[in-house]
Amino acid sequence: MTLTAPRASTRAAPAAPGRPRSTLARRLVPYGYLSPTVLLIVVLMVVPIVMVVGYSFRDNVIVQENSVFAGFANYTRVLTDPDFLAALRNTAVFISVSTVAHLVLGLTFAMMLNTQLLSGVTKAIFRIVYILPWLFTIAVIAVIWRLLFDPSGVVNYVLQTVGLVQQGVNWFGDPATALWAVTFVNIWSGYPFFMISLLAGLQGIPADLYEAAAVDGTNWWQRFRHVTLPQLRPVIVSMAVLDLIWTSHQFALIWMTTGGGPLNSTEMLSTFTYKQAFSEYEFATASAAAVIVLLLTMVLAFFYVRSQRER
Amino acid sequence: MAAVKTRRTLAKVGVVTGLVLGGLFAGLPVLWMLSTSLKRNGEVFQSPPQLFTEGFSFDAYREILGNGTQLRFFLNSYIVAFAVTILTLLVAVLAGYAFSRFRFPFQKTINAAIISVQAVPPITLVIPYFGLIVALGLYDTYAGLILTHMVFTLPYAIIMITAYLNTLPRELDESVKIDGGTGWTALWRILVPVSVPGLVAVGVYTFMISWNEYLFALTLTRTDDMRTVPIGIQLLMGQHSYEWNQMMAMSILGSVPVLVLFLLFQRRFVGGLTAGAVKT
Repeated sequence: MTLTAPRASTRAAPAAPGRPRSTLARRLVPYGYLSPTVLLIVVLMVVPIVMVVGYSFRDNVIVQENSVFAGFANYTRVLTDPDFLAALRNTAVFISVSTVAHLVLGLTFAMMLNTQLLSGVTKAIFRIVYILPWLFTIAVIAVIWRLLFDPSGVVNYVLQTVGLVQQGVNWFGDPATALWAVTFVNIWSGYPFFMISLLAGLQGIPADLYEAAAVDGTNWWQRFRHVTLPQLRPVIVSMAVLDLIWTSHQFALIWMTTGGGPLNSTEMLSTFTYKQAFSEYEFATASAAAVIVLLLTMVLAFFYVRSQRER
Repeated sequence: MAAVKTRRTLAKVGVVTGLVLGGLFAGLPVLWMLSTSLKRNGEVFQSPPQLFTEGFSFDAYREILGNGTQLRFFLNSYIVAFAVTILTLLVAVLAGYAFSRFRFPFQKTINAAIISVQAVPPITLVIPYFGLIVALGLYDTYAGLILTHMVFTLPYAIIMITAYLNTLPRELDESVKIDGGTGWTALWRILVPVSVPGLVAVGVYTFMISWNEYLFALTLTRTDDMRTVPIGIQLLMGQHSYEWNQMMAMSILGSVPVLVLFLLFQRRFVGGLTAGAVKT
């Protein structure tokens, strides 16, 4: 890489005539343009990650003046905490169910919006309606669904009217339903991003592939299995991994609907870590949890980068 | 022939039914928020539920817009989101220019680092940020929020702007250099003006990210003078008696900027967004 660079940069930035500049100065030019970015990344990411790793091996951090080295004690404390293990389990359910549902809904809606049977205007109107949930901030989504899922709210009214439940269910307040309720809300708020990307993917599939398949006398399902899905596969794989990562970051939705309760039933890695730091002021334990969350994300990110390479 | 036509009609009925059902799933909660914001608080949970009630009024909006504390939340959100957008575009244009027009050592490494920032969990960053921002004296200030929001907006903006500049022919900026200009003038006189459509899309998305950000706004501010809209909505929710109609009115007012930006720039924006998500 270093060997090819000078040749490439000469081609990219020929010296202005009449203004000779040293090669060293010319080579430094791109770094000049990048310096604000690099500075921000160092301050906002490199330094903080070093700090949080440092905190995680110490005790009495942030709130007290003199911290002491603690070895792996914080990690042992976190990894043996039943609340943390519950959070790990809940997060796994939450992100996997959300991602699968986002994919299924996103693909179904994208295919309906891509139909040749309706006019462009009709499709454009439906498209805006379908994107709506994605345009609201999580705080708004949290209050909407707290209103709808209230024991005397409209969702319970409808379910009681059709006889599915006997009395109003406290969806966010009952340990048996809370995790499913927050997952449902996350599905509602997150599918449009999948849908938009898959819609673009569908529109990029060459029409002659379908024509050739139709000539072979295939039915709708065969065309879906053997043309649509293989063509969308790269988009689906990278979107799914990205969604797993982003859903695992979800904090605001949980915090504003259930707060991780009742009885830890919706505690996630993010809410667990937040509570350790900003409710318990156990910044050292919180840092150990934060580093574990980072490592788990790195595993997902590794798969993301690999899926990108394959393309 | 008749059979083909019948099948086509059946398919159309199926698709329209599916689209309407999906549309209700997506749209009804939003409609209910709008309807609740126009009710009296006592009517919110009346049975059977009604879309429009006798107490139909804009009082909830009047309450929110007449309240100095709430207005301050809006002002704060606008200040932070605009500042984040301008700074992000400025820094990202410079970085995008470097990535698009130069080849240099460690280019791939720096690029990979920028992409990987997107995967770092905010909850991991918020703990050291708390220590760092307090140490820098930026706790409970606009500067603290603006700086930390950029960790989310910058990677995306750089990737998008680099991709956009890559689509512009090199002859465009080379011609300036042949006339004796520098890369700097080529960037600002030629490339930036030509890139306005791409910069608008990136700017809209940046504004949305900053406007919606919750975790950092929650932990790095303390007083009502610095709180942003998402925190304001949560504070309304935390009060003893739930004023549902006001919470919904505040939610709608808090969503207007993003909705307007999205509707104005929809086409360009969706295209840019998918390009970023699919190709990077």
